[in-house]
Amino acid sequence: MKSENYQTEIAEQQTVLEVSELRKAFGELSVLENINFTVKHGEVVAIIGPSGSGKSTLLRLINQLEQVDGGNITVCGQILCANDANSNAIYSNQEILRQIRLKIGLVFQNFNLFPHFNIERNLTEAPTVVLGQTKEEVAAHARQLLSKLGLADKAKAYPWQLSGGQQQRAAIARALALNPEILFFDEPTSALDPELTGEVLKVIRSLAEENMTMVVVTHEMAFARELADRIIFMDQGLIIENGTPDEVFSSDNARTRNFLRRYHE
Amino acid sequence: MNYSVIIPYLLEGTVTALRLFALTLLLAVPLGLIVARLRAAKSPFINLPIRFYLLLMRGTPLLLQLIFFMYFPPFVLDISIDRFMAAIIAFSLNYGAYFAEIFRGGIDSIPQGQAEAAKVLGFSPWQTFSRITLPQVIKRVIPASANECMTLVKDTALAQTIGVFELFRAAQNTTSREVSIIPIIIAGAFYLIMNSVVAAIFSRAEKKLSYYKG
Ligand SMILES: Nc1ncnc2c1ncn2[C@@H]1O[C@H](COP(=O)(O)OP(=O)(O)O)[C@@H](O)[C@H]1O
Ligand SMILES: [Mg+2]
Repeated sequence: MKSENYQTEIAEQQTVLEVSELRKAFGELSVLENINFTVKHGEVVAIIGPSGSGKSTLLRLINQLEQVDGGNITVCGQILCANDANSNAIYSNQEILRQIRLKIGLVFQNFNLFPHFNIERNLTEAPTVVLGQTKEEVAAHARQLLSKLGLADKAKAYPWQLSGGQQQRAAIARALALNPEILFFDEPTSALDPELTGEVLKVIRSLAEENMTMVVVTHEMAFARELADRIIFMDQGLIIENGTPDEVFSSDNARTRNFLRRYHE
Repeated sequence: MNYSVIIPYLLEGTVTALRLFALTLLLAVPLGLIVARLRAAKSPFINLPIRFYLLLMRGTPLLLQLIFFMYFPPFVLDISIDRFMAAIIAFSLNYGAYFAEIFRGGIDSIPQGQAEAAKVLGFSPWQTFSRITLPQVIKRVIPASANECMTLVKDTALAQTIGVFELFRAAQNTTSREVSIIPIIIAGAFYLIMNSVVAAIFSRAEKKLSYYKG
């Protein structure tokens, strides 16, 4: 008996993110419908799909930047929101929402670094202010992250002095400074010149090797195919595919094939 | 003309002008900040009165407002009010409205992604405002605020219409007593000096904040 409980506990721990029956509309426009998926610890999930299919909205809902209409979201066993009897999402209290926020990191397409702070301070501000960690431990962690991401010499530089690729790496470092359980990326290379995407993808790849749990919205098909454990293909607010790269890339679904064909030309 | 009498007399007026200026700023800047934030509130119960206040203050002459705050308390509320106090109230409410609009423009010009990034990093709304938004707003509102402050230096002259003895009143008194235009010219030089200092302070601040872009 005891060992059985233990087993289920392990299984539960391994699920970092659980989304079910999620829906979202902006006014009349339904953007997401009946979204269901889970992410396990250490998994890398790539989300692909045409522009306007709801990928960003999905990430923004999980990161509390938009309000869920209906559905359930659970992060590391903590309930972000859950449906009531009428399938309307009820949010947990502010303290739980705050705790969940600290478990999640989000990397934006256009970086959103704080321009008035140097790179080091971009990394240290949240751990000091939000988590109340001491300046010394925060600074040490920041130095370690910056050198890992190849930015050791940029600690005192301001965001405008960095290339796009360096800014995005700094933004990733900033998210990592809070030791998130799961890291989301919303088209992390879309704002970059083609020759700069490689350095960012390399960082994401190295995080995957360290078993970081990640959900990456991307248009880099080769990258998704190579790196992701699972690919979710979305179209018009629905999840059309959710499988291994091989499964998705060999799917018979007309929409999927249509979308992928465009990236093979 | 006896300059050893005129100059101290004009300086006395200058001190009052400076006190009007400083106290008004001290009240109008925080007021403007609060009003700018309330103006953005979604509830019409907050939003509408704020808009009405902004319209009233920017849509009627400052001179009229000065006279209103001089005579409204004693005649309608039966409260006696000191001239200087009435001037401070009128100036602060008026300049608070102008600063509010400047700050609102500044807050609106900060990309939404800044507050979103801060929220995702766990900053509370207040931490986001004070640590991320406000410092960037300050940089952006410096030029417009410099204008406003220079105008305020000159507008202190309006206080003489409700009997506050300040620089302009002092100059006028002297001019008619001495039948000379010199006191007015000296007063002009004093205003100019005050505003040179204001301009210098702002350009220093601007330089200091030029270490970053965006
Ligand atoms: N704040 C918003 N208000 C209204 N419509 C929105 C908003 N955000 C996104 N949308 C709409 O939702 C749909 C999905 O957008 P988005 O999630 O950004 O798609 P994707 O990231 O897949 O390109 C689009 O039609 C978009 O115009
Ligand atoms: Mg998007």
